[in-house]
Amino acid sequence: MNWQRTTAALIAAGALMLPALAQAQDAKPFKLGIVTFLSGAAAGPFGVPARNAAELIVEALNSGSVPAPYAGKKGINGMPLETTIVDEAGGTTKQVTEYRNLAERAGVDAVIGYISSGDCLAIAPLADELKKLTIFFDCGTPRIFEDASYKYLFRTGGTATMDNLAAARYLLKKKADVKSVAGINQNYAWGHDSWNDFKASMQTLKKDVKFATEQFPKLGAGQYGTEISALLVASPDVIHSSLWGGDMEAFVLQGTARGAFDKRTLILTAGESAMHRLAGQIPDGTIIGARGPHGDFAPKSELNDWFRKAYEARFNTPPTYPSYKMAQALLGLKAATEKAAGDQASRPTDEAIVKAFEGLTFTAPSGEVHMKLGKGHQAIQEIAYGTFKRENGKATLVDVVRYPAECVNPPEGVKSMDWLTGGLKGAKCD
Amino acid sequence: MQQLVAILIDGTIYFSWLFIVSLGLTLIYGVMKILNIAHGSFYALGAYAAASAVGAWFAAGLPAAGSYLLLAVCGLAIGAAIGFAVERGLLRRMYGRDEVVMILVTYAVFLILEDVIKLVWGVNPYLAYQPYTALGRIAIGGIGFAVYDLILLALALAMGFAAWFTLNRTRYGRLLLVVIHDREISSAMGINVARMFTVTFTIGAMLGALGGAVAAPGISVVPGIGVDIIVLAFAVSVIGGLGSVAGAAIGALIVGLTRAAAIHLVPEVELFVIYAVMAIVLAFRPEGLFGRPAARKI
Repeated sequence: MNWQRTTAALIAAGALMLPALAQAQDAKPFKLGIVTFLSGAAAGPFGVPARNAAELIVEALNSGSVPAPYAGKKGINGMPLETTIVDEAGGTTKQVTEYRNLAERAGVDAVIGYISSGDCLAIAPLADELKKLTIFFDCGTPRIFEDASYKYLFRTGGTATMDNLAAARYLLKKKADVKSVAGINQNYAWGHDSWNDFKASMQTLKKDVKFATEQFPKLGAGQYGTEISALLVASPDVIHSSLWGGDMEAFVLQGTARGAFDKRTLILTAGESAMHRLAGQIPDGTIIGARGPHGDFAPKSELNDWFRKAYEARFNTPPTYPSYKMAQALLGLKAATEKAAGDQASRPTDEAIVKAFEGLTFTAPSGEVHMKLGKGHQAIQEIAYGTFKRENGKATLVDVVRYPAECVNPPEGVKSMDWLTGGLKGAKCD
Repeated sequence: MQQLVAILIDGTIYFSWLFIVSLGLTLIYGVMKILNIAHGSFYALGAYAAASAVGAWFAAGLPAAGSYLLLAVCGLAIGAAIGFAVERGLLRRMYGRDEVVMILVTYAVFLILEDVIKLVWGVNPYLAYQPYTALGRIAIGGIGFAVYDLILLALALAMGFAAWFTLNRTRYGRLLLVVIHDREISSAMGINVARMFTVTFTIGAMLGALGGAVAAPGISVVPGIGVDIIVLAFAVSVIGGLGSVAGAAIGALIVGLTRAAAIHLVPEVELFVIYAVMAIVLAFRPEGLFGRPAARKI
């Protein structure tokens, strides 16, 4: 009888599906709040590339298409990722409210986000207050874990100290006879921290160097004519800048047009994020950084090859360092959660994830990341610098030098500025 | 000496940029008593339109000379379109309301236009550097200056002269001065005040957008550029006296020179000095340097 056959087939199919159904019921989604600039000046160079990377990685994790060492389990420990993306624009007060909304109303399991150092400083205490697992993926101020310690907060990206000490080391390797340097950095936490770290690094590594002028234009100034004149009048050998986004592009554009970089070396510590867009304007010989071994500096690996290829195929542009740093944070969370879960299929407790995350070493498209500072909550990794060279109209990097993490980061328990001014004791550069 | 020359030139270049933008703002306030926050968006729209057009111009391999005309046409055209639409479509229905209401209305327009810009152009920066670099540079006192910036200075002076000439030497300008003095009496005397408002607001918007269009080649056109300029333009207009063309010129010159001196001599106080000057002027002349104390109407 047909109906008997049909019934039997349905029962058999149902029996076969039972384990799958049970697994689906077990696999409650892992809710993730992602905070990045979707509007304002930081959206184009940082926020949107980070958002793009988040979308790409989350989809790939959920479909299980991320290669080794993440090829084993789909999502995070079998739990599919569900994301809520929030715009970081609007200032710290708004971000505090948005964070509370994510933690208390949306009930996310974890928050990954924050590009602005100001936002990071405001959110850090909230993470512990609300006991919400939080990962800072990009902001650079070293003050987060040097001025306080947090249980639920982690940062998977390096600090501004690493960027600027490595810049100083690279500069002196390339140009040992440098006599004077000047700085142009934005007038907020990031710009001041970057310049102070670079200045302290130079004072330690080359005591007789002179500081010609220190310019701090406001964020989003757009017009740098007067600052460029001040730099030209001061006539330093080297100009250091941590400008980013539209500010960096405008400064490079205006400075190049006025010949400001004809006889002096320009250092752009965040230059990689606009290197390809500005291929026609950045002068050859400019020293370029990527805030870690990201983007064009990323070492060859199966994971990196997959990431670059997938990103370029989807967004028609190579991933820059904010994309790498977002991918790093997501994979760090996956690595820590799965380490905490062990063989269990269920979601580990927050305490267990925190414990697993502390001191963790995990792999990202830009290489190995070690959670070594801030009692295991702050990442360190190697960093690379290179020299810009235009070849056939395309931006390339030559003379790339890689510095080990312990060469450009202070030892655990030592504040960055104390370490820089105290002679870089314990730095391991070999 | 080199530093003094640099301060003077930098100050006047900054003046030219500020003046072109502030002129439209102060004109609209002078005639219509509207503090037009949306002026920042007009600037941004001009910059985006110019950057897109110039990008397409050079992508098509057309000669650099034509791009300068394109910049001006883009700024003026988008300014005219958006200015006319905002005045006719929205502001006309609000006249007679309190000045604070008008600020809120133009602020709402500003927020809407900021999102429209994001919808149309996205969040990635736009570069239109070719007109800026094509003119090369000139050395003054041993320091290289972009010729384009010096041409902007000439443009600002020409616009200042044109504004003065129109207001003081043409029939339309004189009628406008009458409206500025007393709009009710002007209306009673047969002047079509509503039409004057439309024309003034449209011209003001065109000046704002032109400011953005001519600034675009030297900057990276990014979301948010309208916010920064409107704050500065207000400072300039308040120093000079809201509604006064001469005031906008002097205000822009004071801000430009003070800022340049600060950056060269004490860079830490760059932002402080602009608002310190504004505070000092307001303390002694609340109506601004060129503003006229108005009798309170009962």
